[in-house]
Amino acid sequence: MKPMTMAEKIIAAAAGVDCVQAGDIHTVEVDQLLSNDGTTHLTIDMYHNKLKHPHIADVSKLVWVVDHNVPCDSPKTAASHKKMRDFAKEHGITFYEGAGVCHQVMMENHVRPGELIFGADSHTCAYGALGAFGTGVGCTDYLYAMVTGKSWVLVPETLRFNLTGKLPEGVYARDLILTIIGQISANGANYMAMEFGGEGLATLTMADRIAVCNLCVEAGAKTALMEVDDVALDYLKEHGRTPKHVFKSDEGAQYAKVYDIDLGTIRPIVAKPHFVDNVVPAKECAGVKIDEAFIGSCNNGRIEDLRVAAAVLKGRKVHPLVRLLVVPASQTVYMQALKEGLMDIFMEAGAIVMNANCSVCWGSCQGVIGEGETLISTGTRNFKGRAGHPNSFVYLASAATVAASAVAGVITTADMLE
Amino acid sequence: MEQFTGTVWVLGDDIDTDIIIPTEYLALKSIQDMTPYAFSPLRPELAAQIKPGDMIVAGKNFGCGSSREQAPEIIKALGVRCVIAKSFARIFFRNSINNGLLLIENDALQAAVNEGDTITVTVNQDIEHNGQHYEITSLPQNLVDIISAGGLVKAMRKLNGLD
Repeated sequence: MKPMTMAEKIIAAAAGVDCVQAGDIHTVEVDQLLSNDGTTHLTIDMYHNKLKHPHIADVSKLVWVVDHNVPCDSPKTAASHKKMRDFAKEHGITFYEGAGVCHQVMMENHVRPGELIFGADSHTCAYGALGAFGTGVGCTDYLYAMVTGKSWVLVPETLRFNLTGKLPEGVYARDLILTIIGQISANGANYMAMEFGGEGLATLTMADRIAVCNLCVEAGAKTALMEVDDVALDYLKEHGRTPKHVFKSDEGAQYAKVYDIDLGTIRPIVAKPHFVDNVVPAKECAGVKIDEAFIGSCNNGRIEDLRVAAAVLKGRKVHPLVRLLVVPASQTVYMQALKEGLMDIFMEAGAIVMNANCSVCWGSCQGVIGEGETLISTGTRNFKGRAGHPNSFVYLASAATVAASAVAGVITTADMLE
Repeated sequence: MEQFTGTVWVLGDDIDTDIIIPTEYLALKSIQDMTPYAFSPLRPELAAQIKPGDMIVAGKNFGCGSSREQAPEIIKALGVRCVIAKSFARIFFRNSINNGLLLIENDALQAAVNEGDTITVTVNQDIEHNGQHYEITSLPQNLVDIISAGGLVKAMRKLNGLD
């Protein structure tokens, strides 16, 4: 049989066929369907208003998470949450509210290697950290899969990233993925899968892996996939789950392009406004004045990221002209941070600690920035207006760089702090 | 072959979904209520200037970013006949087809046209501008069927004999 990539193997399994190849279109069974309060109300409206015989193919596949506007900030969002909550209750849909950002909730509780998962959210590609094919869809595609249990997918070509070496001290997975996006550009992986493997993968923690896969959509990727090794299997076991399939790309599988990346060469990096691929070494941005700093999001709000931030902030104070928001990615992360005393460090430093939610990264709930203001963020995007006023500026960096900048009041790397 | 003529609006590369419709307006009641804010971070006056039948010509990676389906819905609600870009981000591409918004990929047109120019599109064949013809690749028939039905839900209703 023709050698296949991980993406091809997952699609073949979901399509119930032996072999697929890039460019084919297949009808697939979708394993799980994630939706959040960003758009679920629209899906529900379509379900009620546009279908002749509305029904759900398999309710056990649905996971709904309220995470974008938590807690509600207006009667409008309260109404849309109520619509979602009532529908979930009526149909018996697995429902989370306030538990955290949907992708972190999915990683902690639901994702299994080898699954094909649709999420009505662009950062669904995060699930590749566990070897699952997660891909973002809009609400019409979501509704179709919810009603039929199926959808169609174009089998993507794959970009392969062979990782070697180890990230240097003070350099993080976020620096790695921002470097890669800068290298291949914001549409360098458009329609494609980004696959990561090689001996360097073993040096990346699950938190690192989620951060890398999660951001691949910012290079246009349809999905991201990492080889499932002991790190992934241990995480899965700890969380009480077992794989559906553990797939590895075959020897001789076809890649659109292969990149070799020595993790040891990665340095702290910053993505400047207003594009994620507008990256420069963090030191080149040193001295840019900031008004707000944000540590959180599905990309970088895990316990490992909070530990990094706390190590920088311990015994220091947030600059008097800067607001620092710390937002754990889930309740589980929050509880762990409490246990480890990290929240004490954040509060003593003068940070504002918020409940687990999408927060500033979504730009419509907590901590939006005003006209002419500058934010440094561990969020997912720095598009124009993404974090508030259309004329504002967002820089993306690692938790270490964000924490150090919050102390200095200007963009600074942790090693530059006195 | 379906053919139409209209005026073009020209945009750059990486027109993201937060440009097409900023997050703060997503809580508005309807797509119609959101349309005045389309493209507002970039060109606040643009939504009011676009007339039904106009077309948007843009650079690479049009529609990158969020999975918000309001993005193609708003462009369609403004009456935009089609978007012609060097490339489209994939979630936006899928959402556009599902909502019956025609997208055409073309590398050369953006550099050749000026805002306000008139072009003629012959679907699945070419684009004419100032006597110059630009070939366009054809979409698979199943996608063309979805677009001409007005979107995925309408296409499925038609297929199932409901409309």
